[in-house]
Amino acid sequence: MSRLPKKDVVIVGLGWTGSIMAHELAMAGLDVVAIERGPWRDTATDYNIGTAPDELRYAVRQDIFLRPAQDTQTARNSLDQVALPIRKYGSYLPGNGVGGAGVHWNGHTWRFFPSDFNLRSHYIERYGKDIIPENCTVQDWPVSYDELEPHYDFFEKVCGISGKAGNIKGVIQPGGNPFEGWRSDEYPTKPLKPNLSQTMFAKAATELGMHPFPLPSGNISEAYTNPYGVRMAPCTYCGFCEWFGCANYSKASPQACVLPALMRQSNFEARTLCEVTKINTTPDGKMATGVTYVDADGREWEQPAELVLLCAYAIFNVRLLMLSNIGTQYDPVSNTGTLGRNYAYQTNAGSVGYFSKDVNFNPFAGAGSLGMMADDFNGDNFDHTGLGFIGGANINCTTTNGRPISNRPVPPGTPRWGAEWKKATADTYGHVQSVGTQGSSMAYRDVYLDLDPTYKDRLGRPLMRMTFDFKENDLKMSRYVVDQTAKIARAMGANHVSVNYKKGPWSVVPYQTTHNTGGAVMSSTPQDGVVNRYTQHWDVPNLFVSGACLFPQNAGYNPTGTVGALTYWALDAIKNKYLKNPGQALVQA
Amino acid sequence: MPLTTRRHLLSATALVAFSSSALARSVSGRLPWSPNEAYPPEIVRPGGWLFLRPEEVATLDAIVSRLIPADDLSPSGKDAGCTVFIDRQLAGPWGSYDWYYMQGPFAEKPLPQQGIQSPLTPQQQYRKGLAALSTHCRDAFGGKTFDQLAAEDQDKLLTAMEKGEVQLPGLTAPQLTTTMLFNLILQNTMEGFFADPIYGGNKDMVGWKLINFPGTRYDFRDVLANPGKPYTKPPVSILGRPDWNGKPA
Repeated sequence: MSRLPKKDVVIVGLGWTGSIMAHELAMAGLDVVAIERGPWRDTATDYNIGTAPDELRYAVRQDIFLRPAQDTQTARNSLDQVALPIRKYGSYLPGNGVGGAGVHWNGHTWRFFPSDFNLRSHYIERYGKDIIPENCTVQDWPVSYDELEPHYDFFEKVCGISGKAGNIKGVIQPGGNPFEGWRSDEYPTKPLKPNLSQTMFAKAATELGMHPFPLPSGNISEAYTNPYGVRMAPCTYCGFCEWFGCANYSKASPQACVLPALMRQSNFEARTLCEVTKINTTPDGKMATGVTYVDADGREWEQPAELVLLCAYAIFNVRLLMLSNIGTQYDPVSNTGTLGRNYAYQTNAGSVGYFSKDVNFNPFAGAGSLGMMADDFNGDNFDHTGLGFIGGANINCTTTNGRPISNRPVPPGTPRWGAEWKKATADTYGHVQSVGTQGSSMAYRDVYLDLDPTYKDRLGRPLMRMTFDFKENDLKMSRYVVDQTAKIARAMGANHVSVNYKKGPWSVVPYQTTHNTGGAVMSSTPQDGVVNRYTQHWDVPNLFVSGACLFPQNAGYNPTGTVGALTYWALDAIKNKYLKNPGQALVQA
Repeated sequence: MPLTTRRHLLSATALVAFSSSALARSVSGRLPWSPNEAYPPEIVRPGGWLFLRPEEVATLDAIVSRLIPADDLSPSGKDAGCTVFIDRQLAGPWGSYDWYYMQGPFAEKPLPQQGIQSPLTPQQQYRKGLAALSTHCRDAFGGKTFDQLAAEDQDKLLTAMEKGEVQLPGLTAPQLTTTMLFNLILQNTMEGFFADPIYGGNKDMVGWKLINFPGTRYDFRDVLANPGKPYTKPPVSILGRPDWNGKPA
């Protein structure tokens, strides 16, 4: 192993959180290196407009995603099953390379509700302690919505998010989401233009007494220059958004929003195709000394640093902590340890409406975040008394794409092939609209992450093992909100509505969502989590952790907005508190 | 050819991250951008077979033409190039599952929700599965091959394979069952019919014309300006349109 000169900061992973951390700390004058296991990627070469719209290559063969041959997880539903490796990624698709999953996301950019941050005490206060299901380990966040608000605001401005505010400093705004937490400012850019289905949804939802509003979108509606001086261009509704890189500089991503500014700073260096294998610590385990990584030729390097920032995708942050023996592994049987605890996912389901042939939805003209929403059944925006569950889901009517390998609906009961299939396909395409839900996912004692006892990665290190299933609380919640989607689809005028409830067991096969949360949660005490309210590790004060692995449980929203806000919240603490007194814990255990 | 070393590097990233072609690098002080650098897929040209054997081609031509039969709406799966597509996919990294996790042990009784747990690659599944189908046809239909059967008998056999009502000889779980074989061929046929024509199927964009999918135009602001209006422009692929190359649309 070769030892490299010491840096002020070493960052593991150069996606959303890594690039933001790198840019802000380099601007603060620190010497920063980011180590990324995938390749360098940029818009002009990797998402070139001539080759970007390729469904087979990107959405089906998964060209830009992490390949399981490099790293994967094993999966099982319960403690009594034998976990087996996810040989092909399906249920979720982790990113790979510079930009990470920020390259191929849809761009839905949400703020969690104020009551999401004190979820447990909020529910108990309003409904009594019996409302929390047995073995449900939900807990309050150690940070409040009010504390995060300025950081949500800045992340939205870096991304240029398109939307309509519903609550500016406590004043409800027409056309926005009346349930959202207060905002200090309007969205940076105006909402995307609605397609036919969004207009029909808004009308139907309003008639049903709901409060529709445009989805806050990372595919932006107009030309925009962000606070880093990086310019973005308007979305063209190309229909190749989620699972693709954007060729238009229209989708918020590290490439479109941060890297052009970051790369101008000579005190920043990125090392690509280099995989961090371990966070190194002092012999007493109380301070991080840097990281060890292997480059593409298999050479091993030690990169010492004063400060280590863990900025890989959520589950890979958790695994690297486990492989580095930092913290105590959670054990669901003895209910001890914190690392790997409170893993959660997302509970998504919905209805499909089949419309007459004269209703032309033109599904190919879409964007990842082109949608109308209703939050009437999300969070605790509705009375949970007697419903038998906690949590909720947003209701969405989106037009993301009409790509035909994966998206050519036929009425239920249609054969999968032959002349009858073909006629039904031709007759149905373009006349179908889904109304979906994105539901919360609570934490449970027997849902967790640890290292697999059998399967290894290509470097001989244990794969992470995921023990997860949908629990009755979340399934019940989902059924309740899916019933609302069916009402909307009918009110939109569908001739037939298929109602598709969420069912267990969780399967690794069909794509559901890349919203894996928890495992290294932030907490008020070291007994309840891995990092403190400033995302600083409880045991190792010069180690900070980013990403959705910090969430104690997941809300009825996509996580990226909150991941961005937490990143700026942590940066504020690092720049204004930690660096004034390096090596010290910001919260006394 | 624009197949630069960086393209190879990118496509090889995960699997052979330790081969000497995949060089780690340091980037600092600038965006590492070079003019004319992009990574198009290789264009598939019909002619010759890279993986399939002649008898496998005959069988697959017959199968894809029953899965997607010729009628007023479109040409057959064969005439759309689905067999060419499958051959080229099998010859590429997907055919040998280069990007998937293929380390053992392979469980004998995986749960359905645990996904692919077979040690057989698509190449091996096609070779073994089509041979089993051939043996079955020879025994059940008096020495005939699948492509020699009447269309009605082909449909009946395919339906039985889909539903697991026939067990082709030697195909067993979890490695490869008759239904798994059927599903694999159906999936690849549909991929070929609806993927960009650059991969050898969807000839003349017949799959896209079937459903009025406009392809890779990439700018639909005109649609959003007129929501609900039927879209009438013809499709465009990565290779453009026939009339751009002097051929009729």
